[in-house]
Amino acid sequence: MEDEQSFSDICGGRLALQRRYYSPSCREFCLSCPRLSLRSLTAVTCTVWLAAYGLFTLCENSMILSAAIFITLLGLLGYLHFVKIDQETLLIIDSLGIQMTSSYASGKESTTFIEMGKVKDVVINEAIYMKVIYYLCILLKDPVEPHGISQVVPVFQSAKPRLDCLIEVYRSCQEILAHQKAASASP
Amino acid sequence: MVLKAFFPTCCASADSGLLVGRWVPEQSSAVVLAVVHFPFIPIQVKELLAQVHQAGHVGLAVLGTWCHRRQGAEERLGPFLEGLGAIFSHEPWLQLCRERTSGLWSCKATCQQGPARVKDQVMLVFYDQRQVLLSQLHPPAALPDRQAGDAAASAEGLAAVFDTVARSEALFRSDRFDEGPVRLSHWQSEGVEASILAELAKRASGPVCRLLACLLSLISAASACRVFKLRPLSFIWSKLAVCGQLGHRLEQLELVFSTQKAEKPAQLMRKANVLVSVLLDVALGLALLSWLHGKDRIGQLAEALVPVADHVAEALRHLLQWLMGAPAGLKMNRALDQVLGRFFLYHLHLWISYVHLLSPFIEHILWHVGLSACLGLTVALSTLSDIIALLTFHIYCFYVYGARLYCLKICGLSSLWRLFRGKKWNVLRQRVDSCSYDLDQLFIGTLLFTVLLFLLPTTALYYLVFTLLRLLVVAMQGLIHLLVDLVNSLPLYSLGLRLCRPYRLAAGVKFRVLEHEAGRPLRLLMQINPLPYGRVVHAYRLPSCGCHPTHSWGSLCRKLFFGELIYPWRQRGDKQD
Repeated sequence: MEDEQSFSDICGGRLALQRRYYSPSCREFCLSCPRLSLRSLTAVTCTVWLAAYGLFTLCENSMILSAAIFITLLGLLGYLHFVKIDQETLLIIDSLGIQMTSSYASGKESTTFIEMGKVKDVVINEAIYMKVIYYLCILLKDPVEPHGISQVVPVFQSAKPRLDCLIEVYRSCQEILAHQKAASASP
Repeated sequence: MVLKAFFPTCCASADSGLLVGRWVPEQSSAVVLAVVHFPFIPIQVKELLAQVHQAGHVGLAVLGTWCHRRQGAEERLGPFLEGLGAIFSHEPWLQLCRERTSGLWSCKATCQQGPARVKDQVMLVFYDQRQVLLSQLHPPAALPDRQAGDAAASAEGLAAVFDTVARSEALFRSDRFDEGPVRLSHWQSEGVEASILAELAKRASGPVCRLLACLLSLISAASACRVFKLRPLSFIWSKLAVCGQLGHRLEQLELVFSTQKAEKPAQLMRKANVLVSVLLDVALGLALLSWLHGKDRIGQLAEALVPVADHVAEALRHLLQWLMGAPAGLKMNRALDQVLGRFFLYHLHLWISYVHLLSPFIEHILWHVGLSACLGLTVALSTLSDIIALLTFHIYCFYVYGARLYCLKICGLSSLWRLFRGKKWNVLRQRVDSCSYDLDQLFIGTLLFTVLLFLLPTTALYYLVFTLLRLLVVAMQGLIHLLVDLVNSLPLYSLGLRLCRPYRLAAGVKFRVLEHEAGRPLRLLMQINPLPYGRVVHAYRLPSCGCHPTHSWGSLCRKLFFGELIYPWRQRGDKQD
């Protein structure tokens, strides 16, 4: 069962949340961030090349121009491969674990999987960063102390959706975690 | 809990049969390892499972039935398969089924005990058996030793799947061409994986290792003999970087060619890393050697060396003349200035005379030292660092003279300053106490204090200049040492493995949901998530020479201010000078 809704992130950009319910025990949430805008790309390229041309008129060395082109290309490739995240996915599978995938603009995917045995809970936390923002995070169990928390793993770090989107995801996650808690409570 | 069935991808096209594997009750998961095909004798299947249990200490059982059929052919097999459930009783009994034409899967799990219920929620997780068998999880789960008795694996979570597959290697040893009593389907059933080169290397490695181990023990015995322990030689040995590097390489080679087999995979990786690092080092060293010895470059270097030394001496002479005049507009104490300046000038003159004395022999020395590059690039770089140290020995001497003078002055000043205020350093109590001095003590003390205070700028300036020069030389040597450390400690074999066989070094797993139809069980594909490069280097980096600077920036500044001598590299086990 697939479902798509549009939300906005904390800066006002448009986000698209795709929900897929594969089975009662497996759900996937996919947040697509706004793409790289042509306007900002053109602006940066023009600035760099104008600066290089200015230096060229001062120094009369044509190496500066080729260096500027080289730097722009490398910078763009590096940005697409290491910085620009296109899509963030949260896959929650009952009694297996939670998987977070970030897909970069160049196609690279980086995945983290947390086993269900380590997950204590999924909560929405508040943070103060020039204003109050909300973020969804996974609390991990402490192996030493049974009621303690060893780590807080934030989810959707680069998409940064607003509270309404987070509430949708939170409700679905809690439904699945409720099965898990019921199963671990019964012998 | 949802029942999870881990199914190997290689068995998805196998014929119908029995599912053999391990049931993990804590996670309610069934790890299927192989499919036993019809016809079989139940006793022989049970014997095979007992054999694997003895070899790997892993409790295998028949988990259920596997049915790969055409549509409509189920009526014949149905009761037969249910009858098998009575022979090999297992809770819960899995019944996996796949249709040949449409490729649709179906799965059922039944429990006989308690309320007879059929579990609807079964999840199929496909895994690549070969990759899971060969991969190592990082961090390694703390597992009990394989040899320690009958302890079954108690790994947590998904590490249990990896552990089960790794311990059941005995099950995968036969392929379909073997005339065994039981016919199995697993990742090696099309033919056991082997390579002629690997087998030959294994056979040859025994005698080669023994020979090289003998050779290396002879060399280390020779180097540890009494002659080299005598005072002047051992002092020189400890100061030269080349000896440290050669000793380090000898230790590493002893580790690689030791006749003991590596027990843990981490030790095997370390041996492989050391071997690849040594080979690369020697290859780069030979390349450097061929470059040096071609086109008479050694001659050119030797011819350029003496003029460079002369040039440096000339620059130092100018510097001393400048200090003896009015450096940077500061007014120095004329007499002290002249004394120090002339002393250093004479020292410089002596040094240059020695260098000129050596100049006819330099080419031969360089030629023979250049041969050391065949032992490795790191040895050549260490030799370079030692040559720089020897050529700038006069700068080191100037630094030591300036530092000692300055240190004496600072000590004198601080104790006379205490006298000026009427205090004294109490050695017994390690603190400053008040003290009443006599009049003539006070008079002499104040006089000396004034003298030392007004001579301070001159000494301080000489100290500053020579310390800066020394720090420059130390920085150059430090760069070379950094490069040597990099070649020494980079785990090239692990990086190569991560590049070419990423599934071998696993940070974890990742799941992908396969095509899902309503009414069919959920199917997931489990893949290996490889370790990122940074963590590979961090986990497998080799220990370096151990000559790292032991000071922090704060203590370094403190030592410079008080005029204490700084020794940037202390080898392990050195006595404090």
